[in-house]
Amino acid sequence: MTVFWQILIDGFAISSLYALGATGFALIFGVSGVLNLSHGALMVAAVVAAWAAGNDLHVGPYAGAAIGVAVGFLASLATYFAVVRTLQRSRKIREEEKEIFILTATLLWGIMIQELIAYIFTNNAKTVAPIVNGVVMIAGVRTPANEIFTAIVCWLTIGLLWLVVNRTRAGKAVLAASMNPRGVTLLGIELSQVYVVVWAIYGVLVGVAGVLLGMFLGVSSYSVGPLTASAFAIVVLGGLGSVSGALIAAYVVGYLETLTAYLISPAYRTIPALLLLVAVMYVRPRGLLGRR
Amino acid sequence: MGALSTARVLLVALAVIVLASFLPLWVSGYILGLLTLAYYFGVFSMAWDLLFGFAGEVNFGPTFLIGTGAYTAGILDNLYRPPIWVCLAAGALAAVIGGVVLALPALRVRGPYFGLTTLVAVLILQNFIVVAAGLTGGEIGLTVPDVISISDTTNYEIALWFMAASGAILFALSRSPVGLILQASGQDAVQAGALGFNVTKHKLAAFIISAFFSGLAGALLVFYMGTASVGTLVDITVGVQIIIAVVLGGRRTILGGVLGSVFLIAMSEALRPLGDLSSFVVSAMALVVVLAFPSGLLGLLTRTKETA
Repeated sequence: MTVFWQILIDGFAISSLYALGATGFALIFGVSGVLNLSHGALMVAAVVAAWAAGNDLHVGPYAGAAIGVAVGFLASLATYFAVVRTLQRSRKIREEEKEIFILTATLLWGIMIQELIAYIFTNNAKTVAPIVNGVVMIAGVRTPANEIFTAIVCWLTIGLLWLVVNRTRAGKAVLAASMNPRGVTLLGIELSQVYVVVWAIYGVLVGVAGVLLGMFLGVSSYSVGPLTASAFAIVVLGGLGSVSGALIAAYVVGYLETLTAYLISPAYRTIPALLLLVAVMYVRPRGLLGRR
Repeated sequence: MGALSTARVLLVALAVIVLASFLPLWVSGYILGLLTLAYYFGVFSMAWDLLFGFAGEVNFGPTFLIGTGAYTAGILDNLYRPPIWVCLAAGALAAVIGGVVLALPALRVRGPYFGLTTLVAVLILQNFIVVAAGLTGGEIGLTVPDVISISDTTNYEIALWFMAASGAILFALSRSPVGLILQASGQDAVQAGALGFNVTKHKLAAFIISAFFSGLAGALLVFYMGTASVGTLVDITVGVQIIIAVVLGGRRTILGGVLGSVFLIAMSEALRPLGDLSSFVVSAMALVVVLAFPSGLLGLLTRTKETA
């Protein structure tokens, strides 16, 4: 019975983290049709910033986390202005090829960030000092308080995102742009401003998800590829452009991985999720709740 | 691409190849080794460009095909020691089978979904290689008992002429009616279908051809290096290198991939004094090319005008 609770609790924490990471990825795609393959690199940049602030500047965990989120935010805006907007406005590339170019360019951008981090801070794994310490007993399972903290912050952030998107003027414009970009333009809203808002929101999400990941599991510059791949996989499984689909998919993948790790072997951790993904692609090419 | 006729391009390419075949007379074995590697990567790139530039499919899994070919050839050699050409044929065949298995579900989906399916294929292969360590050598790598030759010059010439032959076939194919149909289905699959072309059949054919050359080149590479490992043949970063090479050299040109591969290997060698920073500089340069000169190096050289 303990194993059951352990899987339930561990899986919940991991899945919440996946959900937060994938939400931003899904948001960017839903609004601007951009698949940002530098996603993992932005997350790692946030973690390393929080880690370096704690280790080299000796700031407290709260200030470190804030610095990490700020770096995620700035890196996200830099990605938009330097890479994505340049390509979207380019006259040399045909419209139908822009998607492929954005994929390639964000991939290269991600490698640049990864290599720069590896150069300055080495490839070693980095763990951010957690904000909460200690363990709590839940249903007979010794659970690190940090795990509960992670899940709570993830859901608070997702809740906040929901409020911003549904209750504020800028957020409503974002929602409208994801439904019909041309309609938004006709209403007199500048689409490029909507994009800036989306990338800013995405930056905060990436920063928070990154810092939490850094406290929970730790990352190295090698994590860049797998992090992008898992966000990509979750978002596709849920259906591109659907945030609620991504949330469901995050829990499916998170629990499937935890179950495999506990019941079979940690070495096989990612395999069932990958096979599930291929199977879903085969029977339901648009993902669980996809609309594009 | 109307500025240069097929015959003229092939003539220029042949002249370059013949010149390159005399290189062993002048340069050291070390440089020959680098170029040998670059030529095999050139074949990977050309095979990838057939799918990407013409069929319009971003295949994130070129290394799935390469790895399948390479490991099949290597494992076969380890287990039964047949003549090398049998291993090579088996590797190419396995890559084609792998390509079909991958293409059947992947071609049902489009764009990003296709990209992801191919990416997942690489991850599954990578996991399989690590899990089946007894057969594949796992994370340490696979060592094969045979090599094609120990002479730098022989290896170099084999790689060069293999690349030349693959390039000629792939290039001719891309300029043939089949290539045009692929290009049409890449740009607008619905319209190409409405014109009566079987889009899926042509894309499957492109996939099989791409798989054949990737697998054969992968198998040859194993017997050149004497080893196969996840890090050098299967990892996603290897696939990224291939993608960068094609985009740098010029997509939809087939031959640009070779240019990009040689350029990449030459750059990482020239930037070696920078140490770990060199991969940063190489990807930054590639990004600048993507942003500023989307038609790549070959596009700059030939100044072919794209209809915007």
